[in-house]
Amino acid sequence: MALDFSFTDEHEELRATVRAFLTAKSDEAAVRAQMATERGYDPAVWTQLAEQIGLAGLIVPEEHGGAGMGYVELLVAMEEMGRALLCAPYLGTAVFAANALLDCADASAQKELLPEIAAGRAIVSVAHAEPGGRWDLAGIAMRARAKGDGFELDGTKAWVLDGHTADVLLVVARGDEGLGLYRVDAGAEGVTRTLVPTLDTTRKLAHVELAATPATRIGSGDQTANLERVLAKTVAALTAEQVGGAQRCLEMATDYAKTRLQFGRPIGSYQAIKHKCADMLVSVELAKSAAYAACFAAAEDDEELLEATALAKAYCSEAYFTAAADNIQIHGGMGFTWEHPAHLYLKRAKSTDLLFGDAAQHRERLADQVGI
Amino acid sequence: MSEYRTMSEEELRERTRALLDVVHPETTDSVRFRQVQYEHGLAWVHFPEGYGGLGLSPKMNVVVLDEIAKHSKVVHHDPPASIIGIGMGAPVVLTYGSEEMKKRMLPKIFSGEEIWCQMFSEPSAGSDVAGLSTRAVRDGDEWVVNGQKVWTTVAHLARWGMLLARTNPDVPKHDGLSYFVVDMHSPGVDVRPLYQITGEAEFNEVFFNDVRIPHDHLLGKEGQGWRVAITTLMNERVAIGGGGSKRKGGGASAQLLELWKGRERDALTPGQQAILRDRVTRCYMENELLRLTAQRARAAQKGGTPGPEGSVAKLAQAEINKHTWETGIDVLGARGLSFEAGYELRQGFGGIEGVEALAKYLFLRSRANSIEGGTSEIMRNILGERVLGLPGDPRVDKDIPWKDVPRS
Repeated sequence: MALDFSFTDEHEELRATVRAFLTAKSDEAAVRAQMATERGYDPAVWTQLAEQIGLAGLIVPEEHGGAGMGYVELLVAMEEMGRALLCAPYLGTAVFAANALLDCADASAQKELLPEIAAGRAIVSVAHAEPGGRWDLAGIAMRARAKGDGFELDGTKAWVLDGHTADVLLVVARGDEGLGLYRVDAGAEGVTRTLVPTLDTTRKLAHVELAATPATRIGSGDQTANLERVLAKTVAALTAEQVGGAQRCLEMATDYAKTRLQFGRPIGSYQAIKHKCADMLVSVELAKSAAYAACFAAAEDDEELLEATALAKAYCSEAYFTAAADNIQIHGGMGFTWEHPAHLYLKRAKSTDLLFGDAAQHRERLADQVGI
Repeated sequence: MSEYRTMSEEELRERTRALLDVVHPETTDSVRFRQVQYEHGLAWVHFPEGYGGLGLSPKMNVVVLDEIAKHSKVVHHDPPASIIGIGMGAPVVLTYGSEEMKKRMLPKIFSGEEIWCQMFSEPSAGSDVAGLSTRAVRDGDEWVVNGQKVWTTVAHLARWGMLLARTNPDVPKHDGLSYFVVDMHSPGVDVRPLYQITGEAEFNEVFFNDVRIPHDHLLGKEGQGWRVAITTLMNERVAIGGGGSKRKGGGASAQLLELWKGRERDALTPGQQAILRDRVTRCYMENELLRLTAQRARAAQKGGTPGPEGSVAKLAQAEINKHTWETGIDVLGARGLSFEAGYELRQGFGGIEGVEALAKYLFLRSRANSIEGGTSEIMRNILGERVLGLPGDPRVDKDIPWKDVPRS
């Protein structure tokens, strides 16, 4: 992997722009307000995010109305969103669905849906996992049956990002040619969507039942290899979100350790606390290396993308959770309260660990790839 | 010191070729070649002219090596025993030594004719090295030294030693230290090998019994020893926190994978194999992240905005190397009960053949990684205080005379 990890001035400008936007639009009060709603995001903020700074279409090519940027820019944006715990359909629509359309869909589906995503007009969700809770493609059991000019789908999809608010669902199902991507409009016949009460209320998930639902196949042939890369790229972006959150936890913990006095001294002067912070720093820095390597591999569509992503997901999931958990511990009783934001990060950390397969599952994938 | 002369890379290459016209590594031994290399100012190009350098940026040193390698199958690299002299001795002599010392000592440090060692640590002063007890007492034009040093690399080969000693016990610890260059052949210097848990002696103990040092071998002023020492200590940490393998899946990862592939499948239950496989994978990940973090640190340095990624290497590497070889010996299973290399006490280290023997050896040797060059606990203090800005521990010994501080 010939990665050079170079961030340019433009990347730093993008970071500053996104941070300023999120500081204004996604402060703690805004996060708490949105997480308590059923929709889970503020449509006005979503529109501004799309229109003012072009984030919804960040990786969408310019010909489809996007910003035409790559995975290094996406990594910067995801880090900032993870840091701010932004409540928005970003991962599902702007990352997962956009990637699925770019890598698996035919030109007409791309032409129709990508501009809608880039403009912030449509929520598009990939319906991938099934109730068994497996995230690998071998776990997909849903069948697509030909019917008339199109297809018909039956069965249940689980843990669909923003599935309850999506305008369009891109359903992964098995047909005669192998795995494919099928478009289902939210209002189509036989679609039942149920919002799942989530551990992490800053990210909404739904179960989607399909009963003889009409669907359009977008793309042709067996899409297994393409979907594998779509999943990998989405996970790469998710690891950037994880390190953004982990870095924020480290800052919260150290800031508190500097000001909280017990026994007449700041608690950060005690090695028990100081060393916990230092260990957090080490694992957050290693996690950044992992997430950046995965995103740079995605940016270059590097052949080592799958390996880099498995490593990043395995490491960043644990690093984020540990940082969030230690942040609570360092905050003591305050950290256990509803009022303090530490729990929001703990819940986000665990949900990002479990989404798309947990750390152990990705270690196993890595082991398979490396030949361990 | 930051003002460097500029010279084009091509001119430096020309000068290197001019050196090769006079002496060629393929036909000249290391000492002779390096003597002439020094005379040409190509020893360490960032040193001033007349002292083995050309006053160029330290980044230019690689150009010289590269040009030599282009024209010669043999490259006379820094001799292993000279690493301390070159890395720590030469800079300190250049900065604090008298004109006579510089002329006398620098060429022989570079050529490898004279080995240097560094004597800071003591049995009662490890992490708290500034609390050391070895005494130097002024006697006319000389200093008389008594005490004991420990963990002294290459002391048994050394002609010169960098010695940190207490010259004033009545002031707080940092203020009472002075820095000397001591002739290791002086009467009263007794060097003994210090055998470690591998049976090897990489290090020595050095005893001083009324050793006399001429006053002009005091570097810096009396009482300024700590300031002089700090420079060398920083160099040591940079040298140790190298950042793992340069190649993906190389170094410790490759060795661990080789062990894993050679495991006794019949001796391990499926459950054991699954657990061990996960541990091996974790080690692979950690070693890979060391490599990537070093790469990230280099990129940030090049971009001019170095962040904390460069500071975590020493601590991370020490801990990861220990995990790696704890896992390695568990992969060996019952074979880990034997230790074919044996424990015959001997001076020197390494020379272990075969990955299995290496794994057993490194299982033991890696315990030192989190102790040498700053313990992991001290590194966590440094990261906590200097990188994260957390407040220091109250120092009970800071403002009182050294002689009143309790010590073990």
